[in-house]
Parts: sequence; C-alpha cells; structure tokens
Amino acid sequence: MAIAVPQTTELDISQTIDWLKQKYPDAVHDDTRQGFGGVVVDKSMLVEVAQAIRDDLGFDYLSSATAVDYLGISDHMEMVYHAYRTTGGPALVFKAQTDREKAEIPSLVDVWLGADFQEREAYDLYGIQFSGHPNLKRILLWDGFNGYPMRKDWQEAYFEQEHKPFDSRWPGGWVHRAEEKNVYGKNVRYPDDIDLARLSDTSEATLYSGLGLGVDVQELESDGLQTDRLVVNLGPHHPSTHGVFRMIVSLNGETIETLEPVMGYLHRNHEKIGERNSFLHNIPFTDRLDYLSSMGNNFGYVLAVEQLLAQGARYQPPTYRAEVIRVLMAELTRIVNHLWSLGFLLNDLGAFFTPMLYANNEREKILDFFEATAGSRLMCNYMRFGGVFADLPERIHSVANLVNDKVRDYNTMEYLAQMITERLPRFLEEYGRLLVGNEILRERTINVGVLPHDLAIALSTCGPLLRGSGVAYDVRRADPYSIYPELDFDIPVGVNGDIYDRFMVRFQEIHESLRILKQLLPRLEQTKGEEVVTKVGHTPRVPVGEAYGRVENPKGELGFYVVSEGDEKGPQNPWRYHVRAPSFINLTALGPMCRGYKVADVVTVLGSIDIVLGETDR
Amino acid sequence: MSQLDLSELQSTEFPVPDELQGNLAITSISKLYNWSRRSSMWPLLFGLACCAIEMIGTAASRFDLSRFGMEVMRGSPRQSDLMIISGTVTKKMVVPIVRLYNQMPEPKYVMAMGACASGGGPFKEGYNVVSGIDKYLPVDVYVPGCPPTPQALLYGLIALQKKIDGQSLANMDDVPWYGVGPAEPTPIPVLGPDIIDPRQMDLIRRQAQMAVQGKQFAVGELPALPEKKAEPKKVEAKATAAPEVAADMDPVKAERMKKREEALARKRAREAAAEKGE
Repeated sequence: MAIAVPQTTELDISQTIDWLKQKYPDAVHDDTRQGFGGVVVDKSMLVEVAQAIRDDLGFDYLSSATAVDYLGISDHMEMVYHAYRTTGGPALVFKAQTDREKAEIPSLVDVWLGADFQEREAYDLYGIQFSGHPNLKRILLWDGFNGYPMRKDWQEAYFEQEHKPFDSRWPGGWVHRAEEKNVYGKNVRYPDDIDLARLSDTSEATLYSGLGLGVDVQELESDGLQTDRLVVNLGPHHPSTHGVFRMIVSLNGETIETLEPVMGYLHRNHEKIGERNSFLHNIPFTDRLDYLSSMGNNFGYVLAVEQLLAQGARYQPPTYRAEVIRVLMAELTRIVNHLWSLGFLLNDLGAFFTPMLYANNEREKILDFFEATAGSRLMCNYMRFGGVFADLPERIHSVANLVNDKVRDYNTMEYLAQMITERLPRFLEEYGRLLVGNEILRERTINVGVLPHDLAIALSTCGPLLRGSGVAYDVRRADPYSIYPELDFDIPVGVNGDIYDRFMVRFQEIHESLRILKQLLPRLEQTKGEEVVTKVGHTPRVPVGEAYGRVENPKGELGFYVVSEGDEKGPQNPWRYHVRAPSFINLTALGPMCRGYKVADVVTVLGSIDIVLGETDR
Repeated sequence: MSQLDLSELQSTEFPVPDELQGNLAITSISKLYNWSRRSSMWPLLFGLACCAIEMIGTAASRFDLSRFGMEVMRGSPRQSDLMIISGTVTKKMVVPIVRLYNQMPEPKYVMAMGACASGGGPFKEGYNVVSGIDKYLPVDVYVPGCPPTPQALLYGLIALQKKIDGQSLANMDDVPWYGVGPAEPTPIPVLGPDIIDPRQMDLIRRQAQMAVQGKQFAVGELPALPEKKAEPKKVEAKATAAPEVAADMDPVKAERMKKREEALARKRAREAAAEKGE
C-alpha cells in the first residue's frame, strides 16, 4: 500500500523549512542567531526561492517586507519577509542579506505585487537598491533628501543620544537640549557641501516625469469621440482625501488611465523615534498610528513584545481578565472605526455629513467609556506588557464632558450592557434600514472599484478590502491570538469585491463585534477582582530576538516587527521597530482599482479602502 | 423727511427722528465690525493628523461648533478666515501649508491645535517634523493637548474671539491689514537636501562657508548655565556683613541697596539699645 505523499501546501513550518533546504541546499540556510527564526536565503537565488515558496508551498500572501540595519552587530543589512497562507497558519520568515555599502537585493514585485510599496519604503529609508523594481522612487520623503534616515549611522538634526531617556531630561535634567544648539532655530541640518547656487526644488518635476507625460493635452480618437488627455492633481489639501493624501490622476476624457498615489505628507518618523524610545515608551506612540483605533494598535504592539518577553525568564502571561478586557477594547475600537468609516464613505458619496453625524453620536458614547477607563478619548495608551494598565472603573463619571451634555454617572457594567444590547443594535437597525437598500448608494457603489480576489491576495491587501473581495482571511481566525479561539463569531465576506461589498462587510463586522461583546459581558462579571496586569509591566527586560506580532485591526492586519538586542544592564530599546501598516499596503491596490472608472469614483474608492494617514505615512 | 445731509450725522446733536426712537443703538465702528467678524469665523477645512479627528468631533452634533458661527468650514483658502493647524506639520507638508496661508485673504488668523502644531510634540526630534508651525507662520492661539479635547478646542476658539473683540480699527498695530495694506506673502520653503527657509538663506550660506574652511558650523553658542546658589549663610553672619556690591550692578541700584542696608543696621542698633535699657 502506497503511503500518501503529503501535499507541500499542507506542510507545517518546520517541514516547510526542511523542504526548502533540501531543494536549495546552497541557497537556503537556517537563521542560527539567538532568538531568531526562519531561513536566510542567498540573495542571488531570492526570486527563485520566493517563487517556490509561493507556488509549491502555497504561501500566497506576503504580509510584511522590511529592512533592518545591523551596523555594529554584523555590519550588514537584511530584508525580512513574512509570508502566510490565506488558508491560515503561522508565518514563513525568510531573509536576504546584503552589504551595507553597496546595498542591492533583487525585487520581489514579480512574485508578490504587494511588495511594491514596501520595497520603495526600504529604498527610501535604507537606500537598498531593488533590482528589477519597476518604479523605484522615494515614497515617504521627497526626491533630493540628503541620506537614508533609517540607517543606524544617520543622525537627525536634533540628535542627542542613541537611547532614551536622554541625560538632559533624566535623571539630572537642567542642561541644554540638542535643539537649542542648532543655529537655524529649526529642525534642519544641511550637508557640508550644500550648493545654494544650484539649489532648486525638483521634487515636483520628478514626480510628474515619472508618469511619462510630456504633453499636457492631446487629442485622441476613441470611439469616434474627441477626448482630451489631462493630468489632475488631488490633494494633499483636499476635503475627500481623508487627511493629507495626494493622488495624481491622468485622465482620458473623464476616464482614469493611471493613478499615482503620493504620500509622506504625514511621515513623522515613527520608526526612527521608536528605536530611540524604550520598549515601554513606544506604547503611547502606537496610539498615534491609526488614531481612530488606538486600542487596537496597543494590542498589536504588546503582543509582539510579549512574544519576546515569553522567551525570557520571569515572564507571566496576562491574566484571563486582562485578556477579556483587551478583546473588549479591541472590538469596541472596531465599532468606533467602522462607524466613522461608514459615515465618511457616505460623505464621499455626497450624503454630506448627515450619516456621519448619526454615526458619530454613537461613537461618542463609546469614547465616553474609553475616557472613563483609560483617561483619554482618542489616545488611550491603555495596554501594557502583561495586561492593561487599569481595571474598568466602578462607575462612569465624567467631569470633563459637561459641555452640551447631561451630567453623567452610570454603573460601568450597566452602561456597557445597555450600549451593547440595546443602543448599538437599535442604531444599526435604523442605519441599515436607511442605507443598505438605498437606491443612490447602490447605484454609485455596485460594480465600482472592483478588486478580484486573486489580485487582492497578490497585492497583499488586508482587512475589509480583502474580505470584500471574497477571501475569508481574518487574523483572529487564521492565526488566532488572545481569547478569540473560544469566542463564537463569523467572518463576513463579499462576493464581487466592489465598494458595496466592502461597505456591507464593515456593516456586518459591527454586528459580529456586537456578538463577541455580548459573550464578553458574562466573562467580565466572572473575573471581577482578578489582577489586570502581571509583574512585567513597568520594567520589562526584553531578551534578544525578533518577533512579529499581528492583530486584525479594523483597517486590516496590523503587524509589529520588533528586534531586540537586549542589554541586561543598559537601556532597553528596540533595535528595530517596524510597523506593517494596513492603510499603507492597502493603497497598493488603489491604482488598479481606479483604472477605467470616472473621476467621481476615485474618492469613493479611496473612502472604501478606509485609510488613515497617521498609519500610512507613519 | 427732507434731504439728509450726511455730514450732519457726525454731530452728536443730530435729532433722532420720532419713528426711529427706541430702535437705534449707538456703538463704535470697531465694535460692530469685530462683532460681525468674530461671529462668522470660517475655518479652512483642513485636517493634518490626529487632532483633525477631534476637530471633526467638535464640529459634530455633540459639541456643535455652529454655536459660535464657525461651522462653515470652507474647502477653499480664499473663502476662509481661520486656519486651524490640526496636527503634526512635516517638512513635506509645510510647503503646501505656507502656500495655502498665502492664498487666504486678510484678515486671517492661525490656530496651532495640539502639541505638534505648537512645538513639535512627541514627534519633535523626527527628521521630517517641523517643530511648531510658528517657525513659519504667525500663530494667534495655541491650544495645548495631545490631542486637545473638543472642550479645549472650543476654549481656544473663544479665546480667538476675545482677541478679535479687543482689536481696534484705530490702532494700526492691532490690525495692520486695515492700515498699511496687505502683508507681504510668507516665502515658501524649498525642499532641498533638507527644508530651506528662504528667509535664512544668508545664514545657511555663512554656515556653508565655515564648513568649507573647516570651522565648526551649525552649532550655536549656548547661554551660560545659571550658577548654582551657594549654601545660605547663617542669619547672624549676614546681618553684620557689609553688603557686597556686585561689580556689574547698576550704580544707582547699588547706592539704593547700600542706603537700605545702613538703615537696617541703624534700626537693629536702636532695638538692641532698647532691649538693654529694659
């Protein structure tokens, strides 16, 4: 009797690695560094191995691709790739290393289209040349910027020290800060050989030249109709770009031919600052990534660092109550975010502000709960390593929110129960009645901005955008974390992958979140009085290693790639702190989705991706 | 009513016609003008970062910005009076911001909302972050917070209204745009190797020359640290010691201090004599 050979697409991770090492004995090696996992692929064979990983092994989804600079440790740079199967399961991590001086790695855009923006980002910030990349230009900074800022030897104008807390602030204090020594009085530093005579702002010219547009207006014959070809610039100051996002659209008549997203207008150097901060410092910074769902961001980051902490001694995982509270907050955040995004999608469709005001009313109720628990409406800074920073309050009593509101004093559990079981379902019923079957909404959104499911996977899209295209991929189910395995909920998916499907996925996700929340209420009652944070909380000693923590944030899969070079006595700062931002990678799909539609559809398609610029640009 | 000579209106003795009695109020032009201006402050519809979410929250039904006549957010800078810088200003974004500011008609106001717009905030040391919009534009009101709550933003807007109320048309320093005409546009920064403020071109050139000569450049002289205060002496010793006059003290002030110390010494001597007498 013949033994059935297991399908290579069903191998688990260690089997996969063995398979790869057998097939490419010269090119694939184990990553033997302490605390590190996965394989190191020789860069000359990278594209071939990547193709095998995608086709033979079935890792069709490239989640994250990021660069790390190991100056002073092993003096090389490396690209780290995390690939997943859309059927679920853990990641296959593979790396390609390159010299720092002549940094060059073959591009993987041909294998996974979703590598496009991520490789451009690595080129922008680390100066790695990706041979074979079709459009290797700076993406976050402007063309002509001096140097590659994320390299370890590049120092910013206000540089003081490698690690926080700076000596000028703590414990001595009362000395001058680096910024006061800068003669320009501004956060600038110019290279020694600056040539002011030949100075000109080339950033705009290079932007447009990349589009291959020599002639502005051209007469074309298409269907016997005379149409003009012209270039339209939307943003960065535009009411419908959801922040400081910019698109350069070339049109034929009113039909879109190409769309080039331009970003970086809110690039506030999250990752560079994150490497200076200690591990604990970074939690409030994660709030400011996707500022509509700060609790979810906290969750992803603490999961990543807890993975590292778990490798060390003296680590206690969070208590059950802490996990329940975390999930409670994450799901409330999902509702907050989806209410906001549904409101603004309708805003983009021309239902100016009315649906948004209705949704915002409900959102404010949840924000009241956040304020009472975490102390802040938006930037909650609530989760800690090993739990959350405080238990739920006994009563919700706000002294700050007296403007235009009744004096409030509620029992927290009653408030929550009433919100989850009465108020929000009632609102959803009303909202759905007005919108789901709405003629104008259906006309404007059905069969507009279609993203086929194979393209959605190839482009590494995530969240409602991916699920709207019919791919039932949700990190909460595919690679479960926290207490999600024991909760009962479904993953809504769309069929056609158009804007309406994404709208409906979000709408149903609110229902599913409510379902989860209803299951959490008895768990909260049962665990009353349990500790909410374990001892690791305030002075974490993070062992050496790498970790990739990811959560299903409202906008999609949010991942944190953290590398620790843990120093037992010295400052505890991440060596690398990378954010796999769903908004940023989802934008890869914007161009393909808009092609062939009209100008008026662009803002709607963008609204249906639901981006937030704090996360896109970081 | 016969033909009205307008110049008669200037006279305080001008008789108010019977039919208008009780329907007239007298005020100053400044007051009337400011009242109408501050009650229809139209902000630019312009969100940068996290603070924009709270700004929208303020405009929404719960906090209701329209109570102050500010709900008409304009998409075009040419129709707006107030620019709320709601979030982190990056070097890449400051170029369009300055351009938008130049396009706004006067009178115009700028509000720095939140820590980032006021001084860089948590992202201050970032290589792409401008440490406060006031490095490029004049700011009228700063609202602290990260992000400021809607209540804080409303407080800031009311503060701006108070500022406008206090401006006088007669005093050209308050409102230059009524006196000397429109202001010069703010020079638009250039994105070179780093962002370049055209107003600092000379300074940058001087620093570049120093770099060529191999001198230390781009580092400013720091003001001296304040010296640590010595241990306070005992009171008795202080009372007998002659007042020490610092070398750099103003002579008039020094003279006054000396006289004061002498008077105090005389008083102490009198008191001591009185105690002995008892």
